Amino acid sequence: MLLIDCPCCGVSGEETEFAPGGEAHIVRFGPGSSDAEFSSYLFDRKNPRGVHFERWRHAFGCGKWFHMARSTQTLEVFGVYKADVTTPPQDILDRVEAAKAEGRVK
Amino acid sequence: MSQSHRLETGGVLVDRTRQIKFLFDGKSYSGHPGDTLASALLANGVKLVNRSYKYHRPRGVVSSGPEEPNALVNLGNAGTHEPNIRMTQIELHDGLDATSQNRFPSLEADVGVLNAAASRFYPAGFYYKTFIHPRHAWKYFWEPVIRRIAGLGKAPTHADSAQYEHTYAFCDVLIAGGGVAGLIAAKAAGEAGARVILAEQTERLGGRLLVDDDAEIDGKSARVWLEETIAALEAMDNVTIRLRTCCSAAYDHNYCLLYERSGDRGEAAQVRHRLWRVRTGRVIAATGMIERPIAFNYNDLPGVMLASAVRDYVKLWGVSPGEKTVVYTTNDDGYRTALALAEAGCTVRAILDSRREPDGPLVGAARALGLEIRPNTGIGKAKAKRNKLASIETVDFDNPEAPGTTIECDCVAMSNGWSPVVHLYSHSGGKAMWDEEAVMYRPDPANPPRGRDAEAMVHVAGGAHGALTTDAVVAQAAAVAAEVLAELGMGGTAAVPDVSATAETPTHPVWVTPSAGKAALGGKHFLDFQNDVTVADVALAAREGYESVEHAKRYTTLGMATDQGKLSNINGHAILGKTLGKTMAEVGTTTFRPPYTPISFGSIAGRETGNLFKPVRETALHGWHAARGGDWEPVGDWRRPYRYQQGSEDRDTSIHRECLRVRNTVGVLDASTLGKIIVKGPDAAKFLDMMYTNMMSTLKPGKCRYGLMNNENGFLMDDGVVVRLDEETFLCHTTSGGADNIHGWFEEWLQTEWFDLKVYTANVTEQFTQIAVAGPKARDLLNSLDSDIDFNALPFMSMAEGTLAGCPVRAFRISFTGELSFEFATPVSFGLALWEVLHAKAEELGGGTYGTEAQHILRAEKGFVVIGDETDGTVTAHDVGMGWAVSKKKEDFIGKRAMERSDLTRPDRKQLVGLMTEDPTEVLPDGAHGVEGGKAIGHVTSTYFSPTLKRSIAMALINGGQGRFGEVIEVSTAKNKTARAVICDPVFYDKKGERQDV
Repeated sequence: MLLIDCPCCGVSGEETEFAPGGEAHIVRFGPGSSDAEFSSYLFDRKNPRGVHFERWRHAFGCGKWFHMARSTQTLEVFGVYKADVTTPPQDILDRVEAAKAEGRVK
Repeated sequence: MSQSHRLETGGVLVDRTRQIKFLFDGKSYSGHPGDTLASALLANGVKLVNRSYKYHRPRGVVSSGPEEPNALVNLGNAGTHEPNIRMTQIELHDGLDATSQNRFPSLEADVGVLNAAASRFYPAGFYYKTFIHPRHAWKYFWEPVIRRIAGLGKAPTHADSAQYEHTYAFCDVLIAGGGVAGLIAAKAAGEAGARVILAEQTERLGGRLLVDDDAEIDGKSARVWLEETIAALEAMDNVTIRLRTCCSAAYDHNYCLLYERSGDRGEAAQVRHRLWRVRTGRVIAATGMIERPIAFNYNDLPGVMLASAVRDYVKLWGVSPGEKTVVYTTNDDGYRTALALAEAGCTVRAILDSRREPDGPLVGAARALGLEIRPNTGIGKAKAKRNKLASIETVDFDNPEAPGTTIECDCVAMSNGWSPVVHLYSHSGGKAMWDEEAVMYRPDPANPPRGRDAEAMVHVAGGAHGALTTDAVVAQAAAVAAEVLAELGMGGTAAVPDVSATAETPTHPVWVTPSAGKAALGGKHFLDFQNDVTVADVALAAREGYESVEHAKRYTTLGMATDQGKLSNINGHAILGKTLGKTMAEVGTTTFRPPYTPISFGSIAGRETGNLFKPVRETALHGWHAARGGDWEPVGDWRRPYRYQQGSEDRDTSIHRECLRVRNTVGVLDASTLGKIIVKGPDAAKFLDMMYTNMMSTLKPGKCRYGLMNNENGFLMDDGVVVRLDEETFLCHTTSGGADNIHGWFEEWLQTEWFDLKVYTANVTEQFTQIAVAGPKARDLLNSLDSDIDFNALPFMSMAEGTLAGCPVRAFRISFTGELSFEFATPVSFGLALWEVLHAKAEELGGGTYGTEAQHILRAEKGFVVIGDETDGTVTAHDVGMGWAVSKKKEDFIGKRAMERSDLTRPDRKQLVGLMTEDPTEVLPDGAHGVEGGKAIGHVTSTYFSPTLKRSIAMALINGGQGRFGEVIEVSTAKNKTARAVICDPVFYDKKGERQDV
């Protein structure tokens, strides 16, 4: 069971306190988009064996959504960050790169 | 029978001053405190304790611990009954009542033994090969037969009378195993100030040091060192020692489960089993080793045991497992058993050693005692008399066909070396590697299980790491403790005690002992005792192409029994490798999965049973309904009164009375479970325009609008009335089960997509009691009460705030029955008071309560949809004839783009229609299919007998239905039976809506 730090309220909690929300940073396509764009928005997910940027909600805590960067392979957590950004912060990307350099993730 | 096999002396664990009476298969025996059920039965000379799973072969105790494959019993009776418990782990206690398993009528005379005669018809992969064709043979022939003869213990017939609980704990270092390695690690961590939990699965600390006490530690005897170390640990406040507590699992991010058998000893314990959920900084797995058996012909007879178990019974419990023992070993450690037996005055008939030139201090000690040692020799065959071992025949490894010597014996102590218990290292992805020199799988330090910060979360100490002798165990455990403490920033040195241990020489493993003639095929060389898997089975699997260790496992069921192959896996993998011409490292090993040993269902459930399984949500009026015949219906986590029963009337009578009451006079309904979400802020209107298909920004304050909500796929997910309370504040009603989801849905969009919008939401569902007053006399009722609201002037789909009968209310003029109707929301503290006034007035006017089923019929008569009845996650607003609620003006809203997809605009989609059966008394079954030309063309979504119309009505989703009004279709009502029904407008009653708008 994952141990997750909520970046909004600062609490460390059991995974059961949180609800997963799938891949992060998906761009929404609405009216006017092509079938391909819309289908990709609705259905295409990376589902990687490795580094995953994903959404979580502190469902049984502060109720806030946030992002987590995690290895789906080793469950290593590279960091958590708030929901109101469209790209991961640089320090987390640096940690991911370091893990890749050390061969811990692909 | 009185403890015929209890030795005169010895048995450090038993208290000989007290007797304990217990029952096994209804027969009374006696033992001592400190005994396990296994040691007590052996003390009483009981060797046959079970029948094997597949062939019903007689089986006895093999081990002295959790690895036991054979000695499983049904424990207890009725509410305390638990099957498949290893008697090697049952502490003897007064009133213990155990029965053997898998035998009929008795252990001694089991009829299932016929299976064994037919064993050549049950080869590896038997199930796969047999049950493919013909299919019906499984149901009518094989399953009844196999269910009777196969199987383990009996399933309980009574509810469990015991109590179980979960507990949570946190520590810096969790140490699994209280043997010498665990104690060294615990002491080092404790002295460094770490919070330590030391979990030991047995009731004692010390592990093998209690038995193999030939080492000196820090110049002290093993026993003295042990006592001093335990005393030192007990004195530390930061060290928690839990006995009878097995570390079952090491999961992700240092989350471990401890399974504590706190109340399994007969006394009235408050908690029988306790499941500890522990987060730890690091795990030190000091889980030791398990001795391997040797495959030889008929190695499964009662009396054939692990060598270490034999000396455990002698030294820990003062029990002689045999009068005359043959030791069959591949290593020096087996000689310890011979020495222990000799010291206790038992006869050692011979020591058979697989090695050509056994040597070393232990071998020398045996020689000095004059014990007969036969090098390069094994057991070619064991023979039984009356279901027990009676003799063995030796075999010369260089010349297996030559006749061997027959040695009479009632016990064989076998040792094929030791396997580290690497389970906890492997549970979360750590790898084990084959050590060719030490002949064992041990943890691969390069591939540990990693935690959240990529740290190695499980470290392995002592035997579990492959250390075989006490000096190696102590040194390795101290080094690991120092490493862990350094990682945790708690210092990094642990004193390494000075140990003088007996030296040992290398092992020469025997994966299968050669036999003469047909026996050489290995058909009775057992590997997995519990699942009856033999050397021949594994070899056959390899020949049939099941070369991967995971495939061979599933094909033969090797290691798939409740013991999970603790004794059998390594031997089985070696046979697989031998057959395939591969090394152990090439064969690899199967994955270890938690739990380490089986844990009880009770411990998993904890206190979450009965009423605590899932708490019920109750409205403020719950007790009132219950006292007046409320017949509960679960709605989400709520309970709502389905109807109110009067006297002994049946359901239909109540429901029809309640329907007609609303149509003719006035009814009151508890609508409190409806979701109520406040959406507030400068951008609230803009936000709701995105969430609903209809336009909400044009709603005027004080007005209500029925709204539909889509998901991004364009399908309906919720509906409800939206009320604009003021310019910036909306109250969104949701379905009863949907409040939490919809609130979460709003928040998701606000927090993750449109985080620039200035909007707050609050789920106030439980803050208000909501009461519907519906029926032609609703206004009369309200006008008779004291109120500052003018009910004559309040227009349809409007809201007013004020007081009613002294209660603060929001009054909504909305209708889900089609009648003149008002709903009142009042703070829950006023709920019951307001309800009682409204109900009393309703009764004065000839009305009264109505329940959810009457509400459902009334709305169906009006053709109103219910999300989840008329919709199933694949239905659009257009499908249910509510295209009018989908805005064409809005640029965007959730699901708008999806609704443009070609499949969602097909004219032949399933569409909502009414159905009227030609026979007005026939009510269609819910979910019944409309059929046409042998094909389903849709299904019934709601179906009732309408008391208002005095005929059956139904709503259905039918292909292209909105263009088919007036057509007659067949609806399947039962097998080969259909009813004819006319497709019609789903609004059956008051099509113009004149009754609700008066």
